[in-house]
Amino acid sequence: MAQVTLRKVSKSYDQHVQAVKAIDLDIADEEFVVLVGPSGCGKTTTLRMIAGLEEITDGEISIAGELVNDVPPRDRDIAMVFQNYALYPHMTVFDNMAFGLKLRKFPRAEIKQRVDEAARILDIGTLLARKPKALSGGQRQRVAMGRAIVRHPKVFLFDEPLSNLDAKLRVQMRTEIKKVHQAVRTTTVYVTHDQVEAMTLADRVVVMNHGVIEQVGPPQELYHNPLTRFVAGFIGSPAMNFVPCRLETVGNQLMLRLTDEIRLPVPSSRVDRYSPYKDHNVLVGIRPEHLTELKDPAKPNVVRFDAHLDVTEPMGMEIMVHFRINGTELCGRIDPSVRAEAGEILPMSADLNHMHLIDADTGRVV
Amino acid sequence: MSGAVATAEPIGRRNWLKPSIARERRWALWASYIVLVFFAIGFLAPPYFELVTALKTSQQIGSGKDPWFTAHPYFGNFIGIITNPDFQTFFLNTVKVTLIVVVLTLAMSILAAYALARMRFFGSHAFATGVFLTYLVPESLLFIPLFKVLSFLHLINSTWCLVLVWPTLSVPFCTWIMIGYFSSIPKELDEAAMIDGASHLQMLWKIFIPVALPGIIAATIFAFTVCWGDFLYPLAYLFTGKQMVLTAGIVSDLIHGDVLDWGHIMAANVVASAPPVIIYAFLMDYYIAGLTAGATKG
Amino acid sequence: MADGTTGISADALHGFAPSVRRGGLRRFAQRRSTIAVLMCLPLIALIAGLVVYPFFYSIYLSMLSRDATRFIGLFNYRYLLRSDTFDLVIFQSCFFAITAVFFKALIGFILAHVMHNISGRDQRIWRGLLLIPWVIPPALSTLGFWWMLSGNYSAVNWILGQFGIPQVAWLSNTWTARLWVAGVNVWYGTPFFMIMYLATLKSVPDQLYEAAAIDGATWLQKIRFISLPMLRNIISITVLFSLIVTFANFDIVQILTTGAPADTTHVFATYAFQLGIQGGNISLGAAVSLFIFPILAVFSIFILRGVGRRAREGM
Repeated sequence: MAQVTLRKVSKSYDQHVQAVKAIDLDIADEEFVVLVGPSGCGKTTTLRMIAGLEEITDGEISIAGELVNDVPPRDRDIAMVFQNYALYPHMTVFDNMAFGLKLRKFPRAEIKQRVDEAARILDIGTLLARKPKALSGGQRQRVAMGRAIVRHPKVFLFDEPLSNLDAKLRVQMRTEIKKVHQAVRTTTVYVTHDQVEAMTLADRVVVMNHGVIEQVGPPQELYHNPLTRFVAGFIGSPAMNFVPCRLETVGNQLMLRLTDEIRLPVPSSRVDRYSPYKDHNVLVGIRPEHLTELKDPAKPNVVRFDAHLDVTEPMGMEIMVHFRINGTELCGRIDPSVRAEAGEILPMSADLNHMHLIDADTGRVV
Repeated sequence: MSGAVATAEPIGRRNWLKPSIARERRWALWASYIVLVFFAIGFLAPPYFELVTALKTSQQIGSGKDPWFTAHPYFGNFIGIITNPDFQTFFLNTVKVTLIVVVLTLAMSILAAYALARMRFFGSHAFATGVFLTYLVPESLLFIPLFKVLSFLHLINSTWCLVLVWPTLSVPFCTWIMIGYFSSIPKELDEAAMIDGASHLQMLWKIFIPVALPGIIAATIFAFTVCWGDFLYPLAYLFTGKQMVLTAGIVSDLIHGDVLDWGHIMAANVVASAPPVIIYAFLMDYYIAGLTAGATKG
Repeated sequence: MADGTTGISADALHGFAPSVRRGGLRRFAQRRSTIAVLMCLPLIALIAGLVVYPFFYSIYLSMLSRDATRFIGLFNYRYLLRSDTFDLVIFQSCFFAITAVFFKALIGFILAHVMHNISGRDQRIWRGLLLIPWVIPPALSTLGFWWMLSGNYSAVNWILGQFGIPQVAWLSNTWTARLWVAGVNVWYGTPFFMIMYLATLKSVPDQLYEAAAIDGATWLQKIRFISLPMLRNIISITVLFSLIVTFANFDIVQILTTGAPADTTHVFATYAFQLGIQGGNISLGAAVSLFIFPILAVFSIFILRGVGRRAREGM
């Protein structure tokens, strides 16, 4: 049972810079949690505080029910995988993995058994006698994970472990990490700036920005029900489109007014939710997959419009199109069977059933 | 036919006038080698001359004929100098003190460099700068007050005084080199070791020292070279043959000995120069890397 | 030292049953800086006892009378500055240092470029050969130079004789002796400059030279507009550093001329040695050697600035 609990944890440097602002987080036993956010959002600092590599300015961190605020890293029973792997360059793969056990005076036979077991899980049994210099990036990554596994720690901490790999290996190692977690079921905290990595790996994703947690939840929930503008824009690629507009009543119909000419009716199911924001400046958020070529105009709450295409990006299974409405750059996603060239005018439809409304003042999703 | 020739010629000439990149490179290469050979002759003539002199009999040297060449190498000087009890004493003294100082230097500089590179404490930055400044202080500024200090300690004319004063020449720069090497070790490596459960001393012994081994080799060579070749301190503080080391011994004792025998002196010179030259032959790359890193990375 | 060590291992033992206590991590950091100071202690003792203290002691000594019984203030300095011999020493020290450093830097610069032109394995061999002067203890090679130059039938004169040039008593004429003293220093010190410049040249990206070649630069322009600016910092560091070392040089003058002829080749170090150690006038010797200090102080500041700038540029 190794849950990790953060209570009002803060970190500030020199009194002025506050890297992490009183965050609360509960990580369940065996859970795989990913901290994601742009650089400087405090995710790495949070991880390092859990590891004990950074002192906590305020708040409490406990691991497996035990307060660890003042416990040095070596006594927290955690293992960490670093961005640059931090393999000991002068030791063989075996010794790299065995080092932590040797320092803890484990019997030789058990060290060997544990290393062999980890090597089997990671498929690096043939590399044990090599030095890190003789390994490829992916192999180093595996050894770094092996070093964590052999310790049988309460918690695994990963600090952007895949960012030094090329795109193809990254995808491969992502699967590998997931497999390892399914095999050993150790509580894992994983830090990355790559939202795709976060989505694919996590049981729950923690989105951080400016030292606070924006939202915590399973990947699909974050994608479909973001709570803030930041989460809405950060999760998903290409990013969600945001169109500034004003919520107005025309007749007895609640409308989103982009310009005097462009007005969109609010789906009737949402009128109740949105009406308190009447006469507010708001942002309409809509994902590219909901801006498509003209389809089934009879469907309710689907608005048709003409887009003057600036750029088209054929991706194979889809084409991304970029266009502007009222000066706002938008991105849509159309079927490759539709002929679309830059400079052309394409009739498109926007599916407002999937729109999000964001209060422009607070940045919260309504 | 004639047209083809007419067009072919100007192209050829243009090629000749505007040399191709390959040709330009070839010229640069030749010029480089000529300069190198010229300077190599100048740089190597003195040691070559010493060697030739050491391989001549006194008569050959005295005759003044053809000082740069000998048809029949004579090894008597080398045998003479190696069996000379004075020279043996110098050599053993030098080896003894140099080794002690090298070990002391490494111990002091590695400990200090680790602390300065990784364990920031109050004033550590200023202290690191101070260490570098100490390295710049030349021995000729300090040999006179040190003479008084050593007299007070009753160490004048004792080989052991060098164990005290030589570290002032070797430790500052070795510390500087080691700070550079230790700083270049990624911080994540200590953190990994910290999580693995290493204490500070285990981290130093099991991670830093093995990883920074090239720097330690460079520091060792530096300390060795400085001690082995130092001339001012032994000349100023040692007087009698029993306490003497090689540099001062060869220059003062052998010259002012019974007979001024240049064959002998040059043989002694060659033997005394051999250890550093041999060390460089094998470990030059480490030393140069350490030295240039020390000067450039700071 | 021992205290710090046991402190750490006790903590490590604790670790297996972590006792939670407020401020433990902070105390851990505090102990860390105590250990750090302990680890620096031998070095601190060395610098304090054998560099800083002797330096100030030297200032005190220089203000004592010859028999070290009376405090005579700046009398020794006044005496030195009024003596004709010491004028010569000042002149020769400056002449020696400036000439030698200029040629060391110039030849080192040329050799580094030439060496940079030739490729890998060859470069290693040539570098090894050209480093030899710097590897041999200078006291010993200067002895070889002395034998090469002394007497009418010296080896150098023999070579000149082959070309019909008359004999020169190199070390008995003021100016030839001065030039040879500087020459031996150039011979000994050039390799250091060469490897420093070569290492920096290697860090200059080749693309810069290729871009310059495409822009139509000649080799002289490449040196002028690429090598020199890229090497500027290391040149100033090595020149300043070498000025200090050369200014304080002892071995070469002591062995080659011991100040002869007529004290015209004495530098501060050898003159201090002659007065202080051989002549037994410790006070006067201390005063002479302290003349090295102003140069050391001024140039050190510039070196520190250069090293700092280099560190910031991350080269």
